[in-house]
Amino acid sequence: MLENALKGSPKYWGWIGVLMIVIVAGFLFYLRQVEFGLGITGMSRDVNWGFYIAQFTFLVGIAASAVMVVLPYYLHNYIVFGKITILGEFLAISSVVTCILFVTVDLGQPQRAINIILYPSPRSMLFWDMVVLIGYFLLNVVISRVTLDAEGKSISPPGWIRPVIYLSIPWAISIHTVTAFIYCGLGGRSFWLSAILAPRFLASAFASGPALLILLCLLVRKVTRFDPGKEPIQKLALIVTYAMTANVFFILLECFTTFYSGIPEHTIHFRYLFLGVAGADALTPWIWVSVVMGVAGLVLLLVPRLRENEPVLTISCLAVFISLWIDKGLSMVITGFVPSPLGEFTEYTPTIPELTISLGIYAIGALLLTGLFKIGVKVKEETNRPPVLVSKARSG
Amino acid sequence: MMSIGRREFLRIAGTCAVLGLPGIPTPPASAQPSTRFVAASGVRQAKQWAMVVDLDKLTEADRIICVETCHRVHNVPQIDNPRHEIRWIWAESFKRVFQEQTNEFIPSNLLKRAVLVFCNHCGNPPCTRVCPTQATWRREDGIVMMDWHRCIGCRYCMVACPYGSRSFNWQDPRPFIGMANQDFSTRTKGVVEKCTFCAERLDQGLRPACVESCPSGALVFGDLQDEHSEVRQLLASRFSIRRRPGLGTQPEVYYLI
Repeated sequence: MLENALKGSPKYWGWIGVLMIVIVAGFLFYLRQVEFGLGITGMSRDVNWGFYIAQFTFLVGIAASAVMVVLPYYLHNYIVFGKITILGEFLAISSVVTCILFVTVDLGQPQRAINIILYPSPRSMLFWDMVVLIGYFLLNVVISRVTLDAEGKSISPPGWIRPVIYLSIPWAISIHTVTAFIYCGLGGRSFWLSAILAPRFLASAFASGPALLILLCLLVRKVTRFDPGKEPIQKLALIVTYAMTANVFFILLECFTTFYSGIPEHTIHFRYLFLGVAGADALTPWIWVSVVMGVAGLVLLLVPRLRENEPVLTISCLAVFISLWIDKGLSMVITGFVPSPLGEFTEYTPTIPELTISLGIYAIGALLLTGLFKIGVKVKEETNRPPVLVSKARSG
Repeated sequence: MMSIGRREFLRIAGTCAVLGLPGIPTPPASAQPSTRFVAASGVRQAKQWAMVVDLDKLTEADRIICVETCHRVHNVPQIDNPRHEIRWIWAESFKRVFQEQTNEFIPSNLLKRAVLVFCNHCGNPPCTRVCPTQATWRREDGIVMMDWHRCIGCRYCMVACPYGSRSFNWQDPRPFIGMANQDFSTRTKGVVEKCTFCAERLDQGLRPACVESCPSGALVFGDLQDEHSEVRQLLASRFSIRRRPGLGTQPEVYYLI
């Protein structure tokens, strides 16, 4: 039980301890990066952005995907999601925090980051991304706090929160659209220069986010007395299925335009990614793992009998999540830089310091998520279930 | 006394010429009077600065001297690791610079030719558009400038530049600067830098360092809006191309072929 664990269960403290160790390790490497410069990463004059910005991009998607529970619940009064909406919002908050951390560690002069606010540049998509991310963070903090507070007191939330919730719906779409705009408005980078990029981002976000949420719900059921229930998980699985189908469709659309038109500037990146060009093929094994996992996950999801089987669903959600992480958290950003504008095939491999810093940031996100889930679950346990006199950890 | 190689000789000669140092080694025979240090009074101004590179004239000596001179004058570090290299001006093969304009059977001397490349000081620069702090901007005279003290090092401008003309300081550049030019700044780690068309020299009434040091006179710099300027006359009389014109960035560097 989570709250019991909080009172000192070795398992819980073990988990927190592991996270803290990873955070400290990441922080130490970050100090080294601040001292030496970004040269300790695998980035280069040809591959200007790497693992950090890729994780940022992926996690904006996870953050945006909260809308997949918020929208049915608040806009369509889909009561079933009432149990898990707060979990989706907490996932969004933790993801936005990690997003902002990933952008910050990517800066060459982080102590000057305030310049983005001192010299606002509305023509820059990075400026708008900051605006929408901070806005989204605040929206979710306010909404989750007010609604959870009301739930804890068994009263209905104040009326003014409703328009705020409605605002958070298009806002969620906006954070990932603006993130796509960072890439797809650059004439010199053909790999990203596609109007389908923003829809593709959204589709993959609405598949990977709810897939993660399903896994988290199953985990919560395992370690706490709060059971999100079978129905919301099944509905989430259906959302993952539709979104993943749309995502695969969008990728195929991209492939058609690229290869049927045959414009070398566009095809070269795809050839590098899927086949490797001139001996440069660092991403090729990864993208094929992504393809296989994505297709396998989708097939398992498409068959109703398999989707309804929770152990199978766990596997298909894991497959979809890993597939989309490779797609967006690895290949999407890096392939845009290979070849370089001068035709150079400079490959990119993240370094140990870079990966440790990234893991540290993920650990901060996980720590935040653990804390938030604990708060949320505790309220759910108290309101949704009769008091339990003898508390005992639920097994499986 | 240690003997110096041809490359080293050209390098020193070019730098000395631009810095106006006395008692320098005599420039090679190919050098023309125009390469000498020109003391001018006042500030050089234009409505639209532009550079013309005459590929017929450009020699191996030019490529060495112009690059070395620029990099010495601007305290550009000499970093051997190609991944972390800083370049303001450098030589690239014709094929790479003009990927979309290279036909299969063009004159072989053109294919073999190395081209000097630097910031194009675009009329419609994507790099300034994306900068989230306005640390890079286009001046009224067309020069795309950088503020190294405001840059936060997000490298979005490098991502947006379709020419790879910008460099990032992946580490502290100062240990990699030989003899620093005390009249020009050095940079810190974590900021982007690039060619500025020698804005600081124009303010002193001087021509850009590469133009001044170029022995063959293959680099011509001037006001594109002035119809009597040398750049305008060259563009009117010879066929010129620009890098990736289809992107609409309007480069202000023209190559005569």
